[in-house]
Amino acid sequence: MSMQHAELPKSEFPEQTADLLEKPESRLKEMWESLCEDKAALTGLFVILFLVLVALFGPLIMPYDPNLSNMTKSFIWPNSEHWFGTDQLGRDIFSRVIAGTRISLTVGLSAVAISLTIGVVLGSIAGYRGGKVDTVIMRFMDMMLAIPSILLAIAFMAALGKGLDKAVIAIGFVSIPEYARIVRGCILSVKENDYVQAARVIGNKSSRIIFKHILPNVLSSIVVRATLGISTAVLDTAALGFLGLGVQPPAAEWGDMLGRARGFVFTAPYTLIFPGIAITLTVLAFNLLGDGLRDALDPKLRKN
Amino acid sequence: MFKYIVKRILMLIPVLLGVSIIVFLIMRVFSPDPAPIVLGQHATIEDANAWRAANGLDKPLYIQFVDFLKGALTGDLGTSYYTKTPVTQEIFSRFPATIELALAAIILASVFGIFIGIISAVKKNSIIDHAGMLLALVGVSMPIFWLGILLIILFAGVWHILPSGGRIDPLLQPVVSSGFYIYDTIVSGDTEALADALRHLILPAAALGMYSMAIITRMTRSSMLETMSQDYIRTARAKGISENRVVTHHALRNAMIPVTTVIGLQLGSLLGGAVLTETVFSWPGIGNYTVECILKSDFPVVQGVVLLIAFIFVLINLVVDIVYALIDPRIKFSKKEG
Amino acid sequence: MLLEVNHLQTEFQLKHGTVKAVNDISFSIEKGEILAIVGESGSGKSVTSLSVMGLVQNPGKVVGGEILFKGEDLLKKSKAEMQAIRGDQISMIFQEPMTSLNPVYRIKDQIMESIMTHMKLSKKEAWERAVHMLEVVGIPSPRERAMDYPHQMSGGMRQRVMIAMALSCRPELLIADEPTTALDVTIQAQILDLLYHMREKFNMAVLLITHDLGVVSEAADRVIVMYCGQIVEEADVRSLFANPMHPYTLGLLKSIPRLEDESDGPLYMIKGMVPNPLKMPAGCPFSDRCDRCMERCRREAPALKEIDGHKVRCFLYDSETEEAQV
Repeated sequence: MSMQHAELPKSEFPEQTADLLEKPESRLKEMWESLCEDKAALTGLFVILFLVLVALFGPLIMPYDPNLSNMTKSFIWPNSEHWFGTDQLGRDIFSRVIAGTRISLTVGLSAVAISLTIGVVLGSIAGYRGGKVDTVIMRFMDMMLAIPSILLAIAFMAALGKGLDKAVIAIGFVSIPEYARIVRGCILSVKENDYVQAARVIGNKSSRIIFKHILPNVLSSIVVRATLGISTAVLDTAALGFLGLGVQPPAAEWGDMLGRARGFVFTAPYTLIFPGIAITLTVLAFNLLGDGLRDALDPKLRKN
Repeated sequence: MFKYIVKRILMLIPVLLGVSIIVFLIMRVFSPDPAPIVLGQHATIEDANAWRAANGLDKPLYIQFVDFLKGALTGDLGTSYYTKTPVTQEIFSRFPATIELALAAIILASVFGIFIGIISAVKKNSIIDHAGMLLALVGVSMPIFWLGILLIILFAGVWHILPSGGRIDPLLQPVVSSGFYIYDTIVSGDTEALADALRHLILPAAALGMYSMAIITRMTRSSMLETMSQDYIRTARAKGISENRVVTHHALRNAMIPVTTVIGLQLGSLLGGAVLTETVFSWPGIGNYTVECILKSDFPVVQGVVLLIAFIFVLINLVVDIVYALIDPRIKFSKKEG
Repeated sequence: MLLEVNHLQTEFQLKHGTVKAVNDISFSIEKGEILAIVGESGSGKSVTSLSVMGLVQNPGKVVGGEILFKGEDLLKKSKAEMQAIRGDQISMIFQEPMTSLNPVYRIKDQIMESIMTHMKLSKKEAWERAVHMLEVVGIPSPRERAMDYPHQMSGGMRQRVMIAMALSCRPELLIADEPTTALDVTIQAQILDLLYHMREKFNMAVLLITHDLGVVSEAADRVIVMYCGQIVEEADVRSLFANPMHPYTLGLLKSIPRLEDESDGPLYMIKGMVPNPLKMPAGCPFSDRCDRCMERCRREAPALKEIDGHKVRCFLYDSETEEAQV
């Protein structure tokens, strides 16, 4: 700034100072507040709450035993007794769709928990330590990203064998790189921030700095990614199930139901409708919420 | 620029090596012994041992891996446990089908995605915008295979206007054969076969492309909105050129830079999605075949396919980066200056 | 009179209310005159200039008044008619030369686009004219630089390109919105010089938007001081600097550091901040920050009053309060 050309007093100055002092908690709170104004995101949230209730209290509302087959009642089109009809083995599809809610949500959440935990740890180490450690970890992540995740998950399932627990591991494992990348990116940008520098100057230990100062800041980005990650995990679970790699029969899993009913696409199309709607609805809800969270997080979008 | 490309190609080597290690680990170390699966329940222990020896599975793992790498470098990916044909041959007889499907899907996805994205951005908050965004949202939320099933139910089951699977009517199989039926039928001038191939292609391409279309739509929209708020758009308006020209000439070219990247990345991920689409539509491509081979532990084929797909994937990424540099003058020249 | 703005009102419809960014503004510019509009960010000076250009974007809208350019009301023109005027008879340059040029097109394409939009010239003639304009604005080896992309040029060079582009169709009015703010001090002076020189050469009027009184004193013939969407003072440049009347103008002038100032005390600062446009004070918008605020200022808003060709909006110069004050 020149000496003879005076700038007018900058009115935005106090706000800038406030920005620097802003605490991570207040950012999450702000995120929540702007989320509450977002109708689409709220819809997603309510659908998720509904699905969680269905998952928790499913056994109470199922009209029939979802796994009980009865060949005399196979292929009944939807009616007042069997709202979604019955499948090739005479099982009530409505009950099976309800039962599938618990499986899908559990697999989705657990898979995300796995990839999140490992991804955050790897990403933190890579971002904070930098140098060779960073290179090795991130190169490995790149290699994993070079294989389409569904193909990798299928290969895992082939190696591990069928079963829900294995599906969780396979799906969880293949999305580790995404979290590692996000966390590393955030850490690199936060690392140079004043308050982190200050903490370092005061002599805080690295691990303490990561957990106390950096992670809370990274948290909001991770919350967004994890929410969207659940929708991906639900989709992947369904895909594995569809290919016959998911649950052990007779368990009711949406993708598995679709896979087994595939042969009846012309004779009993209704068997293929409802499980698909359930998957789409679940994925849609998490996408809505995730998008809302992301918009809430991005101050540039918030202003619009 | 040339140096940059060479450098990037050299960087592919460690990635591909890493991919081979990952695949090898999964398929040979963590997987159950393939012998009983390949030979069946009734094989004796001697049979199994003989089979392992014949396929090199009795050697220590690291030697197996070195053998595999040696072979891969010379273009020999081993032979299938079942058909005894070279893996490369198995792959390349099916690959054109997958490429044709993926290309058709990405073309559909790009054309519709960019178009809807632009309209949504220019008419922000209008009904068209909301409808476009809803479509995009549903597009990313639907499982590919379920969308495929729905399309089959509607177009093949209810309306009987499109076939439910396969690539072409066997009677119309093209004489000239590159494996790309659209190309083959055009070259041989067989319009009936071309029409039939297209009719077979449309549903799987739509199902496979839907997700990518949704992603491209969203990216185009947000990129256009971002670009339309830039200073140089205001400058363009201040010049007195028409709003149409502002959008098509000034905004679009800038907005397309990130969209190009997304399209490239989507083309890569389509190869993964093809696994599911091909299963639904009985499309005789590599994805369908891979699932089959995974399920029956035909390891050499799986290794080969995954390696090939990873190779294509990183190659696409490289091409995307180069294209990026071509359409964004800032990158090309800063490389030169720096 | 080249441009005559009467009772212009431009509003922004926001979620939480309506912001009157330009609130009943009138001014005029003669042929060849340089009129400066000074104010802080948020004073409405940029919105005023965009209103004249017809480039106010949603959610903003001109809701009242008239903008007479050579006697014709621009607000009544159709889209196509405004496009024909923009860049031809009225041109504009902006604050950020770094981002105001399209990064993916060469300099020549951007200048030629302007020329070919408004003049019936062949591509070759347009190219010659573009090169000529680059030469006029002082760009060395213009033929080579025309082939450059914007990112290959410095900020000062880009602003010269912007000026070349704006002047390529010989406009009668150039609106310069903070043309020097983003530039280094030495470059600032060069660009101001160039504008001054161009004004002489093409006999065009300039509406200079700035927040920098230094720029005003160097370049302008007449000055308008804006505060919260209103004109608070208007005078020719000499009389404004010699005899500033509005307390806001006084504050602005006092906050300029001077070499001859012997005192060691801290630089003067106007207290407080520009009020939130959604929560304006009841009386005079400046009352909260004014050193000489009276009780009346908090109740009523003063009107713009002319005293010997010097206009001011303040009760200090109102006959009713004059006696009470002294």
